[in-house]
Amino acid sequence: MPIEIDIAHVARLARLDLPQAELDDYRSQLGAILDHAAQVQSLDGEPSTESEHPLGLVNVLRPDERRPSLDRDEVLAQAPESRDGYFVVPPAMDSE
Amino acid sequence: MTLHDLTIVEAGARLRSGETTSADLLAAVLDRASQTEAQIHAYLTIDRAGAAEAAAKADADFADGIDHGPLHGIPMALKDNMCTRGLETTASSQILAGYVPPYDATVTTRLRDAGAVLIGKTNLDEFAMGSSTENSAYGASYNPWDIGRVPGGSSGGSAAAVAVGSALGALGSDTGGSIRQPASLTGIVGMKPTYGTVSRYGLIAFASSLDQIGPLARSVDDAAVMLEAIWGHDPLDSTSYAGEYPDLHSGMGRDVRGLRVGVVKELSGEGYEPAVEEAVATMVERLAAEGAEIVEVSLPTFDIAMSAYYLIAPAEASANLARFDGIRFGHRAEGATTNALMARTRAEGFGPEVIRRILLGTYALSAGYYDAFYGQAQKVRAAVQEDLARTYKTVDVLVSPTSPTVAFVAGDRVDDPLAMYLSDICTIPMNLSGDPGISVPISLDHQNLPIGFHVMAPSLGESVLFRVAAEVERLAEFTAKPVLQEVAG
Repeated sequence: MPIEIDIAHVARLARLDLPQAELDDYRSQLGAILDHAAQVQSLDGEPSTESEHPLGLVNVLRPDERRPSLDRDEVLAQAPESRDGYFVVPPAMDSE
Repeated sequence: MTLHDLTIVEAGARLRSGETTSADLLAAVLDRASQTEAQIHAYLTIDRAGAAEAAAKADADFADGIDHGPLHGIPMALKDNMCTRGLETTASSQILAGYVPPYDATVTTRLRDAGAVLIGKTNLDEFAMGSSTENSAYGASYNPWDIGRVPGGSSGGSAAAVAVGSALGALGSDTGGSIRQPASLTGIVGMKPTYGTVSRYGLIAFASSLDQIGPLARSVDDAAVMLEAIWGHDPLDSTSYAGEYPDLHSGMGRDVRGLRVGVVKELSGEGYEPAVEEAVATMVERLAAEGAEIVEVSLPTFDIAMSAYYLIAPAEASANLARFDGIRFGHRAEGATTNALMARTRAEGFGPEVIRRILLGTYALSAGYYDAFYGQAQKVRAAVQEDLARTYKTVDVLVSPTSPTVAFVAGDRVDDPLAMYLSDICTIPMNLSGDPGISVPISLDHQNLPIGFHVMAPSLGESVLFRVAAEVERLAEFTAKPVLQEVAG
């Protein structure tokens, strides 16, 4: 059974603005890869444990103390656009 | 022997005897880079000024009796997905063109502290996604053994640099085999340590539960001294291991008498080149002759490990690569709204393999498909770990080929993602389990292309891993070096 892929929906979720022709190519490539990947469903039985850190580490906490951080100007120097110590972005919603 | 062909250990001895200087070593590898880069393209950035300064500092240190250990004064390279403060770091992506990190990765800091001379940044498949170093936005790298072939990937630039002599050692990152497979295809040693032992802070993330940094080197001993310099607990990486670390040198130089070596049945057969299988079988016989006990073992989950990997790695990548949105760093496209700007930036900035994996991972995590794909892949991952735990009750190490084939012809697998993915079939299980693995060159095939031998051990089993690897290296006596073809005209 061919795997059903709504490629336009997936691209939207992934925030990728791709032309239709490219989406069609990706859909067929994903289909072939997923056909192969579907072999995970052939696993015999259930593992008795959850996949975990090989050394059994769990959570890591640190003291709630102020520590030095990166220099703001040096960080902002990498931004495509910044002003007065902030990143600049266009409006979140259409103005119309 | 010319300076650029020395191992780190040999170069270190010459530095300490006063026979050579760090500046001489640097000049030799830069000279070699000038001769070979047009054909090999191992580097994206060479930092001549920074390297010259570090070499001068190392020479001044030696004159003052200061010695930071085996990497002091040694010219080395870093894969371009490891952050270097003040030096462009792109992960071979257009989306990071011109990005100059405001901080050093922990491995960068550790190499600097060890007195290493950082030559520059090596080429990789974009965001380390690939097995051939052809997916670089800045052009492919080529294999010094045959410039019509790939050096493997994704750490192909690091592997090619070490193989050709434009670095004495280099770091790579291994998410599904990206250190071990290129090491195999270029005739050098490549090692992926136990997950959690080398800090990932400042490594541009691909799949965080699988990524691990490790050495690419000319000898097993070099790999060990590099690993000793970079590993250890780091509070900046929350997955970093804080317990006791293995002694790498405790077993090196000891024989393998009495060690139980498991030959993995699933990592052979269809798809494996006869020359590769023969070379591996010959080495197994030699280990047996040295007193190792050879056991054929079956790990049935290895047959579906690759399928699980190609769901888990893209799923993690789709989340990790969400940070590349044109807001804080890197490329930005025009857009009337934030959302339009991000979606345009990402479509323009990412190459096709990265887009393919983001789409694949997004799909595998999306509502309605999560249980059948990602959830099931995680169960396979746990089953691989259980399969290995069961097997390590009866053997000390596992062995296999590192790659089912020798270096393939450039362009051959570019249009067939699945064929490309199969390059990593032998290495992927160690990423799913988190266990260490190493590739050691053992011989050349009839086309003069190197074949690598893969040794695997349980997590924190680096002592026995290096013991077996050192013995494989001694038995193989692999001393061949690539001879670059002259370019016509």
